[in-house]
Formats: sequence, C-alpha cells, structure tokens
Amino acid sequence: MTKRFISLSAMLLSTTLIVSQASAETIRWARGSDALTLDPHSQNQGVTHNFAHHIYETLMDRDVEGTLTPRLATEWAIKEGSPDTWVFKLREGVTFHDGAAFTAEDVVFSLDRARSEKSNMRQLHVEVAEVTAVDDYTVEVRMVAPSPLYPNNLTNTFIMDKDWSEANDVTEVQDYAAGEDNFAVRNTNGTGPYILTERQVDVRSVLTINEDHWAETPPAVTEIIYLPIADAATRVAALLSGEVDIVQDVPVQDVDRLTGTDGIKVETGPENRVIYFGYRFGEEPLTSSNITDSNPFNSPLVREAMELAIDRDAIQTVVMRGQSIPTGVANPPFVDGWTEELDAYPAVDLDRARELLTEAGYPDGFSVTLDTPNNRYVNDEAISQAVVGMLGRIGINVTLASRPVAQHSPLVTANETDFYLLGWGVPTFDSAYVFNDLVHTKEGSYGAYNGGLYSNPELDEMIKSLGSETDLEARAAVVADIWEVVKEDRVLLPIHNQVLAYAMNDRITLPVHPENQPMLTTVTFAD
Amino acid sequence: MLAFIIRRLAQSVIVMLFVALIAFIVFRYVGDPITSMVGVDTRLEDQEIMRERLGLNDSVVVQFLRFIGNAMQGEFGISYRLQQPVTELILSRLPATIELAVVSASIALIFGVVFGVYTALRPKSWSAAGIMALSLVGVSLPTFLIGIGLIYLFAVELGWLPSFGRGEVVDLGWWNTGFLTETGLKSLILPAITLSLFQLTLIMRLVRAEMLEVLRTEYIRFAKARGLTQRAINFGHALKNTMVPVITITGLQLGSVIAFAIVTETVFQWPGVGSLFIVSVQVVDVPVMAAYLLFIALVFVLINLVVDILYFIVDPRLRVDGGSGH
Repeated sequence: MTKRFISLSAMLLSTTLIVSQASAETIRWARGSDALTLDPHSQNQGVTHNFAHHIYETLMDRDVEGTLTPRLATEWAIKEGSPDTWVFKLREGVTFHDGAAFTAEDVVFSLDRARSEKSNMRQLHVEVAEVTAVDDYTVEVRMVAPSPLYPNNLTNTFIMDKDWSEANDVTEVQDYAAGEDNFAVRNTNGTGPYILTERQVDVRSVLTINEDHWAETPPAVTEIIYLPIADAATRVAALLSGEVDIVQDVPVQDVDRLTGTDGIKVETGPENRVIYFGYRFGEEPLTSSNITDSNPFNSPLVREAMELAIDRDAIQTVVMRGQSIPTGVANPPFVDGWTEELDAYPAVDLDRARELLTEAGYPDGFSVTLDTPNNRYVNDEAISQAVVGMLGRIGINVTLASRPVAQHSPLVTANETDFYLLGWGVPTFDSAYVFNDLVHTKEGSYGAYNGGLYSNPELDEMIKSLGSETDLEARAAVVADIWEVVKEDRVLLPIHNQVLAYAMNDRITLPVHPENQPMLTTVTFAD
Repeated sequence: MLAFIIRRLAQSVIVMLFVALIAFIVFRYVGDPITSMVGVDTRLEDQEIMRERLGLNDSVVVQFLRFIGNAMQGEFGISYRLQQPVTELILSRLPATIELAVVSASIALIFGVVFGVYTALRPKSWSAAGIMALSLVGVSLPTFLIGIGLIYLFAVELGWLPSFGRGEVVDLGWWNTGFLTETGLKSLILPAITLSLFQLTLIMRLVRAEMLEVLRTEYIRFAKARGLTQRAINFGHALKNTMVPVITITGLQLGSVIAFAIVTETVFQWPGVGSLFIVSVQVVDVPVMAAYLLFIALVFVLINLVVDILYFIVDPRLRVDGGSGH
C-alpha cells in the first residue's frame, strides 16, 4: 500500500500537465465478442489479440498510422555482416506483473513457444531458424534466409515470463485434443499497462492499471471494464442508455443515428481490410455455368466487362451507407506498395461492357453461381446481392449462394467455387502478404486463398524473390511490377476497403486503429 | 410402478442416443470448425494437422461413437472456442438460465391464471376484450422484437432498468444467484417478461377456454342451486377443475422455456446456456453444441418422466391397464 502511495505521488509530482486526469477513470468498453483465450499464442484472432495487448506486450507495436513503434524492444536492426540475422535490443527495467524482471531469456522462450507446433502464431515465424540470447538485453533471431520484413510479423507475438510459465506448466500451448485446459488459458502474467483482476468469460472482465509499468506517462484510463454484448441492437442501446462508454463494433446502419445523438460521438477510419471478388481461371468450363465448352472468366475481356459493370460508388452509398472506401486494387492503403494510380478504378460503362462480352464470344451473357459469406464482413451478403443485380444488367445471370463463413471459407481453400466474395487484411502491412496467399500459384505453402487457381509462373518467381530481397528499393520496384500485372490481368476484382466506426461517450476520444486493435491507453478525456 | 419407471428410463436413454446421433449428422453441415479456430493466414498444412489431431477426418460414425464413449465417462471435451472444459462451461452458465426460466414461468403462471379467470368470468366486458386483444400481440410478435422494444422503452428512453447482462451476482460456491442484489433483480425484470409473454398468453387462453367449459357443466349449476357464493363456485369448484391441464402444460413448457431462452438470452446478453449455444453454433464449436443438445434432451426426458409418473399416480385408469403406461 505504501509502495503504491509512493509511486502514485511520484507520478503526480513528475507530471504537471495531466493533473486533471490523475483521478481514477473507469471506462466500460463493449464489443461484439469476448477474447477467446488468455493464452497469448494459442489464437491468431483480432479480438483476442486486442484484449491481450492490454495485459501482455510485444517487441514492437503498430500505432494508429500503421507504423512500427518500439515497445519491449527499443531498437532492431539486421546484424552487420550477417544478412540472415535480426538483432533486438530490449527495454531495461521492465517487470512482469508478478514482479519478475523481463530479460532476454523471456523473449527467447516466448518466440520459441510462439513457433511451436501447437501455436497458432507459428505461420508468422516459419522463417525463423534459431533464437538466442546474446546478453540480458540483446536477442538475435537467425532466419533461414534473409527476411528484411520479419519485424512486421512481431506485432501480435506476446512475451511471457519463462519462470512463470515453467512454474505453472504452460511451456506448451493448449492442445485441443487434451482433456484439460492449460493454466495460461485463464491466468496471465504480462508486462502490460493493465493487470487482469476479474474474468468471467463472455460476461465481463476487469483490467486495473499497472502502477509499475515502464511507460513515462501513465494512461488516463485507470480501470477498464470489458463487456462483450453479442447483439448489435443491444450494444447500441447500452451506449444510448449510458451503461457503456465505448462501443467498438458499431453496425453501419447505426452510424448516422449515433452521430446525431447528443452526448455521443462516432470516430471512423479506414480498416486494413479489402473486400474483393475472385473467379475461376483456366480452360476448364465452370461447374455452375450454362456455358459448358469454355470458361468465360478466363477471357480478359469478360473480366474487364465485369469491372465496368460493377458500380463501386453505388455500393458505397447504398449498401455501405457511406461507410467504405471504394478501391481499384486489392491492397489496403496502409500497405507498402499501395499507390493512388493502382487505387483508381474505371467509371461504369455498360455499353462498353456489353460490347466486350460480345467480343469475347458471349453475346447473350452466361450464368454462374456466386458464393458469399453472410456473417464475416460488413454487409457481405448485401454487397453480393448488389453485384448480382449489376452483372445482370450486362447479361451475366448470377445465382447467389450465401453461407456462414465457417461453410464459405472451405469452398475457397478447396477450390470448389467459381465466383466468390472474400475479404483480406494485411497484418504485415506489406504487399508480399497479399501476393503469397492470393496471387501465387496454389502450391505448397503458397496460394492458400487463391481459390480461382490463377497461375503465372513469371509472377511466382518475382513473388518468391520478395522473401529474401534485402535491398528495399529493388524490392519495392518488384512489388510495383507485380501489382501492375495483377491489376492488368484483373486477378482479383476489388470493391472497397472497410471502414471502422467506434461510438463513444463524447467526453472521451478513442482513435480508430487500422487493425481494429485500439489500445485504451490512447483514450483521452475532454475537459 | 417400478417396472414402469425402469421401462421409461430405458426409453429415455434411447431417445437421448438418438438426439446425439441426429446432432452429429447435422454438425457435418454446420461448417468447418477449423475455419473459426485459426486465423486466415494459417498454412493449410497446419490446418490439416489440427484437423487430424481433433479427429475431424474420421467418419461421422467413429466421431459419434467416440463422443458417446467419452460422454458415458462424463467427459465432454474442451470447447474449441474457449479452450475450457465443456462440462464446466455449461454448469457455470446454468444458474443464469434456470433463474430466468423459473421467474418467467412463475410470471406466466400467475398472470396467465389471473387474466384467464378474469376474461372467462366477464367475457363481455371491455377490459376482457382488451386483454384478449393484447394477448394476440403476445403470441404473434417475435421474442426479439418484444425484447428490443422493452430495452428501448425502459432502458434507453426511461432509464429505469439495465439493457443487458445479469447485474451483480452472489457466488454461493456451487451456484451463483442474481436474486440477492439490487442490480441482479433489476436486470432480471426485462428478460423475464420477454421470455414469459408467450407462455403467459398461452396459459391465459387455456384457462379461459377451460373455465368457460367448466362453467357450463352440471355441477356448477348444482352449486348455484345449492346457494353457494359466487366466489366459492368460481374458485373452489370451477378453477380447481381447470387446473389439471394447466399444470401439465406449465410443466412441459418449463422445458421449452429452458431450451428456447436462446433468443431472449441473446437479445439481453444474458449469460446463460442459450447464449453460450448460439455463439458456439456460429463458430462450429462441436463439443459445446453436442453437450448442450444432449443436456436439453435430458431436461425434456426428465420432465416428461415426471409428468408420466404424476399421471400414473393421479389417474387410476392407467394402473388398471396392467401398468403399461399407455
């Protein structure tokens, strides 16, 4: 108690600017769902990471602009004379919630745990060969090949205490097939700005400020009450009635209404997620089409006609109620490789689109089935419905097949769809992430979500070269070249980038985070 | 009697096995659990390893037999979504559902009987006509609409009652209750009314119809002739004789109140087994879905068993029949 008093008074003395905020401030934060687990390496899922970021910390972080910022690592660089190795300098004087000191062996332990077989974070660390501690505050990560962008993969890999993990037998990640749950699923010991003090899954969690946190300025919010509310209407009602302060997942149709309500404001910003359509490439006829001797999608003319027929602006104003950013490239604007030229999209031209179809040999159009998820992206099914109507105007007769994402996603990964809607976020903020999974020929660990089986050996070579190119300028040039071909070939048919909206009590401000992982340490209070 | 109960129990086991089998066949079409368990960027070969480890590549029959084998040992596995033991999850959510179900069944029974009697005794009055008209709203409006409507009126506009959750609960070790705190009681009001509305109108209409029937019978006329007070006739004779079917219906409905609290629980973010189930369906959390369906089957089977035994005791004709129970 005295220790806490001393640190509190020290805090008050050292800061004169934030006197008005030093009083206890509790924020009630509502979301659509709860964090799935407290084990930081067992789920690679946004909501779970978002919650964990308040308790555990990563080596580096991403701010609201999307740039990397130091967190537990203060500096990082490729080792001189050894292009395969990354060197991380760690922050000194950091302690875990139980008082143990944070050192290099904790980082080695955590990175090894994150890339272990049962970890769900492992795909981000497949290139790692070995992690070693040089001294107490220096860690070296040797990669199998030069990996100039590896730090981008570390923004959701949390650091655990090695001794605590050993003492509680959680050196391994939860095994679903096992009969018992892991201690780390329900208990935490991080270095983060908040300590978990209460947890009822799906009901409520309480986070209290960590007085011993290393940050120079303590956060204005001293206590967070986290409340999952599954039903969107109830979530909004709870904000209107003043029972919660922040609603993170606001349905688009409520944005206008909430903006016009006294005492409530809505912060919006682009999300790192693009919504696009994919289609089947190759000579083989489509399984769901009336054209049985050829594949219309394989004709570049048909793909161009489709792009000219789809009215992205109408989708934005009607389906998304203004809450989207139409785009001509399947790459969110934060990501390296995005340019305004790529982002541009053609105006709707139905006459030209019909001409193109005739030219391609389909004067009467054709029929096809469009597979769409109905519970994954904002208004996903409604977007697909709109596109059915738009393509109908040029004679492409589309039948809509709508499914929950748990049924839709396997269709894409198993190549069982002719035409589909999908969304793609880019957690590494680098174009290679898009190319690897959506553009590269489906083989080995590449092209997992290339459900249309697009294949271009030349592009494959270029994509593979990105992984080990250390000259960042040369690499950027290759990225630009790949995008040009992808856009030219219309490998994907992008529609828009999603927009995030957070609604809150107007005495506070929480800026929108591009990965939808806002830190409540960034909350500011109006006077 | 004992033979009858044993036979019913044996039948119950068959019913439950059948429910589990149907559930497992249906799960095939709910979707792929792996999709919700991993991030989109998980390599397909890692997904395949996971699928293999969870035994999802086995045939329905093998998965079903394994589930039954484990269930017999009281082992329902670990939730794919929350990574916690399923039995523990369901038990921790059960008190919320049972408290909600009991309160709303009581509301339905009390108000249903009162309104039913009233409308039967004064069938031509304006107020009875009003109640009957309102009861149509109760049976025809979907639960979620009623729930949202109540939230907007009492939580958002008037600010009297909370819009979601269960308030503060007191942990009694093996049970947690919202009955002992002010916020707990306040939180109970809106969901309990929402959930009870359908049952309430059902009971009310049943009581009214039965009462009108009974009031026309000979013994009521004799009672009048004997010069009994109106009160004694209505409540001592008429109502008593209408209660048998009402109690049966209420008992059976208690099962469906527990099972179908799903919508109400979702709208009010009530932390019961119903909301647990609906979230589990969305992410194809097979262990939770299987255990929940089996649990609901058990509830129905038990209630039916109790009702059957009650009939057996109440109705002598069933016994004369050689105890066959039919």
